[in-house]
Amino acid sequence: MADIELLPHNVPSNSELPELVEELTTLNLGPTHPATHGIFQNVLKMDGEKIVSGEQTIGYIHRAFEKIAERRPFYQITTLTDRMNYCSSPINNMGWHMTVEKLLGIEVPKRAQYIRVIMMELARITDHIICNSILGVDTGAFTGFLYVMQKREEVYEIYEEVCGARLTTNMGRVGGMERDLSSAAIRKINDFIKSFPAVLRELEKLLNRNRIFMDRTINVGPISAERALSYGFTGPNLRAAGVDYDVRVMNPYSSYEDFDFEVPIGQSGDTFDRYMVRNEEMWQSLKIVEQAINNLPEGPYYADAPEFYLPPKNEVYKSMEALIYHFKIVMGEIDAPAGEVYHAVEGGNGELGFYLISDGGRAPYRLHFRRPSFIYYQAYPEMCKGSSLSDAILTMSSLNVIAGELDA
Amino acid sequence: MLTNQEVAEGLLEKFGDQVFDFEEPYGLLTLSTTREEIIPLMEFLKDHKHYQVIFLTDITGVQYPDNAGKEYVVVYHMHSFVHNFRIRIKVALSAADIHIPTATGLFASANWMERETYDFFGILFDGHPNLRRILNIEEMDYFPMRKEYPMEDATREDKIDALFGR
Repeated sequence: MADIELLPHNVPSNSELPELVEELTTLNLGPTHPATHGIFQNVLKMDGEKIVSGEQTIGYIHRAFEKIAERRPFYQITTLTDRMNYCSSPINNMGWHMTVEKLLGIEVPKRAQYIRVIMMELARITDHIICNSILGVDTGAFTGFLYVMQKREEVYEIYEEVCGARLTTNMGRVGGMERDLSSAAIRKINDFIKSFPAVLRELEKLLNRNRIFMDRTINVGPISAERALSYGFTGPNLRAAGVDYDVRVMNPYSSYEDFDFEVPIGQSGDTFDRYMVRNEEMWQSLKIVEQAINNLPEGPYYADAPEFYLPPKNEVYKSMEALIYHFKIVMGEIDAPAGEVYHAVEGGNGELGFYLISDGGRAPYRLHFRRPSFIYYQAYPEMCKGSSLSDAILTMSSLNVIAGELDA
Repeated sequence: MLTNQEVAEGLLEKFGDQVFDFEEPYGLLTLSTTREEIIPLMEFLKDHKHYQVIFLTDITGVQYPDNAGKEYVVVYHMHSFVHNFRIRIKVALSAADIHIPTATGLFASANWMERETYDFFGILFDGHPNLRRILNIEEMDYFPMRKEYPMEDATREDKIDALFGR
């Protein structure tokens, strides 16, 4: 056994000890944390369990949609928009189509407008289902998620019946819908209207008055109406803070003025209010869908604008005119008029705006998306400042920031 | 209710020939101003007792490379919830001097919107607390939304428009 030379046991006396410095812990929340609901990074400075400050890094899935759009004919941009907020892609699609229709001056027939309203409201329901049920999961309650997720599945089946796709729907066309609502689609929508309330009530019973859920969400991540406005909040997050602003009411589009619905308003702008506003909005959306499907007007489902409306496929096979126009539109041979349009729709998250500049070519000269998630996420460090890490997770969850829309 | 005419007259009275190029494309009041007047103009709209244009909807940039002396345009969209009134304000900048004052003092939302505009067009917002790239990587040394960076390779010959009868 070799001799081990022991180092002198040199303990410094108290006066020699360095002063205890309070250091803040730096914690990376994300980029791929299951609770960040997407790919974004938060570098948090923590004092023990308390968040002192935070800084975000975004852009992990930035795909330059605005740049790509500058080379694409107008109808091809639809496929870019539904990859933004993929939880409610029909709203993105319809918003884009309405922007182009505004530029072109196309009047869409009532039937198409009503079908659009049905699809947009179903999309809003799926969007809120995700947000609210995942909020439950983040507090540790999985059952509610399980119950409402099956209803989202049913909505996806309706999408599938209407356009063939489920998630990135590419639904509709410039000038109307791609096809009419089939009888199977109407039956599925009616079934959904009948069966959804029971499930939604179940979620409410599980969470609304649940002591743990209330303790974890009330006064968590609050934002005042004034700060929310300054940060550019819209949609459920702004309404939870007590500001009555809904694009559907203020600037009605696609016949929203025909329907009777209420705009739920919160008070304190905390996580619980955001949850409640979204919950109530699902009831209102269901009400709108019910009215629209019961009063669905007869008539054509697309506008008489052959130069811009991509003809239905079965007509392309049968009619020469349709084939010619199909070809011309697909090859992008028809120019749009020059002009400048801003059109906003009430997305699942808030005001989704499309700012389109056309120079009279076949593609936009400049296209800018006003994406609500991009706006919300900026306020996140301020909202979770001073709260604990577990509260910060719920704040983020209730803001409903969608990574695809954040980065576009 | 607020009309385009009313606001246009109010702005002309206050700012005189510093506001110009009034238009109403698709019903939205659009006007241009200079970069010296943009912040006072936004402040005027925001603090005005009657107008109450307190919401900044969007900031973005546009590039017109052929428009000498006005190559870049910064576009602001604002909204008054009280009167449901929207307004669009444009400021043209020359490529040689691409500075504009920041609006972060008026709206918290301007912070990221200006960073995005800087990231894609290289427009410099003077006085911005943290003007750096937001969606692209920090090491990038060009501004990708500028027209000098086309989407497709210009040297490719199989995609010439003329071959497709365009």
